Amino acid sequence: MNRINKKMQEDKKLLSLYFTAGYPELNNTVKIIEDLEANGVDMIEIGLPFSDPLADGPTIQNSSTIALKNGMTTNLLFKQLKDIRKTVSIPLIVMGYFNPMLQYGVEDFCKKCSEIGIDGLIMPDLPLAVYQDEYEAIFKKYNLKNIFLITPQTSNERIKQIDEASDAFIYMVSSASVTGSKSGFGDEQTAYFKRIASMQLKNPQIVGFGINNNETFTQATEDAKGAIIGSAFIKHLTENGVDTIKEFVQEIR
Amino acid sequence: MNYNVTKKGYYGTFGGAYIPEMLYPNVENLRQNYLKVMAEPDFKAEFDQLLKDYVGRPSPLYFAKRLSEKYNTKVYLKREDLNHTGAHKVNNTIGQILMAKKLGKKRIIAETGAGQHGVATATVCALMGMDCVVYMGEIDIARQAPNVARMKMLGAEVRPALSGSKTLKDATNEAIRDWINNPVDTHYIIGSAIGPHPYPDMVTRFQSVISEEIKWQLKEKEGRENPDYVVACIGGGSNAAGTYYHFLHEEEVGIIAVEAAGKGINSGESAATSALGKEGVIHGCKTLLMQTNDGQITEPYSISAGLDYPGVGPLHAHLYKTGRGEFYSATDDEAMQSGLELTKLEGIIPAIESSHALAIFKHKTFKPDDVVVLSLSGRGDKDLDNYIKYFNL
Repeated sequence: MNRINKKMQEDKKLLSLYFTAGYPELNNTVKIIEDLEANGVDMIEIGLPFSDPLADGPTIQNSSTIALKNGMTTNLLFKQLKDIRKTVSIPLIVMGYFNPMLQYGVEDFCKKCSEIGIDGLIMPDLPLAVYQDEYEAIFKKYNLKNIFLITPQTSNERIKQIDEASDAFIYMVSSASVTGSKSGFGDEQTAYFKRIASMQLKNPQIVGFGINNNETFTQATEDAKGAIIGSAFIKHLTENGVDTIKEFVQEIR
Repeated sequence: MNYNVTKKGYYGTFGGAYIPEMLYPNVENLRQNYLKVMAEPDFKAEFDQLLKDYVGRPSPLYFAKRLSEKYNTKVYLKREDLNHTGAHKVNNTIGQILMAKKLGKKRIIAETGAGQHGVATATVCALMGMDCVVYMGEIDIARQAPNVARMKMLGAEVRPALSGSKTLKDATNEAIRDWINNPVDTHYIIGSAIGPHPYPDMVTRFQSVISEEIKWQLKEKEGRENPDYVVACIGGGSNAAGTYYHFLHEEEVGIIAVEAAGKGINSGESAATSALGKEGVIHGCKTLLMQTNDGQITEPYSISAGLDYPGVGPLHAHLYKTGRGEFYSATDDEAMQSGLELTKLEGIIPAIESSHALAIFKHKTFKPDDVVVLSLSGRGDKDLDNYIKYFNL
């Protein structure tokens, strides 16, 4: 069974963290992953930096720019992760934009991920229809789960389509925004969380965008299975460095 | 061969809608409605009336006698430079603001490079009394001050794009991010034949008035609707798309595109996307784009801010790949000399973008009886600073 599916069966609220590979320093990747697991994080999204991250706010844009300046490439990330499964057992997801994957070759990219032990991919600009028409068979061949996003504006009908096409979890974007732009949840979000919960989807939902502390984590996971933190973690790394991951995780839980 | 967009939004292998889910409801709403709305009689009537009374259409098809003599062929200029706001851009912004109204949107956003599309958008927003935010790279804001002032006078808020290279590509990213953050009341007026489907097709259709007019104007002047060649410059390619549209399936009409070679195709400072680009995904569509082997989008360069874009519209990528279009590129120097030449021969100061199209005569020899229609996409007022510096005027 894929590690993500197994993790979803655990009887707890899941904490997932995103970081940009190659940031703050080029070779921080393995250390960050190992420290996150050691401090009880349940799942990790490894960000493959892109020059034009159009769904991201300034924090992740900035970390991506610096990561690329540091010399991060698709090949180098795969090289850094080569032995990651010798030390890390939680689910690992690569999150990026579609163009670098397309240039690497979609099949080669999936094959490499599978060899490394990556469990899933999040490619926000690879839409459902294109995935189903052109790439689903390849993802399945390499046992990679493709994670789709939904937002407060996604229609129920489309949520059902996405649920049908998913086999891991649904990435529930908390509000209409790019990453890192809002914090705290109001009535509108709570109503949206309840609405999705009442749909009884077959895939668990993990909430992302707008979670940055214990309070928002608790709110987000009241109905959902877990939550993802990205920009707040990048900010923490920027301000406190990579040796303080423990403090960050402890504050959330 | 089919050169129209398919139902799924492709031109051959190019196009599509590679967008994050956050944009899906808006783009899907537009996809489902744009053709229907454009076919509504009251929409068409208002669009046509504004193009006539407000923009000043039809724009003349002018026989350039002295230019024709110099190159020993028959050259007609399609005078988009005479439109209100000084370029072809306004054809599209008129169409899109009417579309936005039909879709019940209250707020308009746009990206701009040189500021021409920003001015054209701010203009129609003033006309319709709608809120307008224009994203513009911080560097472009500094080098296009008069257009920034125009937009402000027209009531638009100009927001600097501070990310990446701080030029057109980044302004587009910021506009997309704004749309993600404002998914309900906002319409994004994309200025070129780029972006996710249905934008390339919608923009092309609004600009297709250019080739529609060429047909009947040429019939009046030459007794035939089809020229031997249509010529246009290409950045993203909206003026080219409109100039080609009604000739795409007329095989006897040669389609010629001129890209910006900057300081030379192999100089590392160029915007000749067909020569330097590879298939990839930018701003929501699959097309030819300038990028590294690793799939990171690279910075283009051209003296012309309007051609300074790392991709090309998916229609044009298809025309290039199928061989339907002949693609050339003109360097900064060739364009500037061609712009000066038109000024001296015909008394018309062209936009530097259009000067690239005019440089075709340095690259291709036409026959004496060839009828060549060249789209003069904009006027040169906005480029005076550049001309002054370049020629030490």
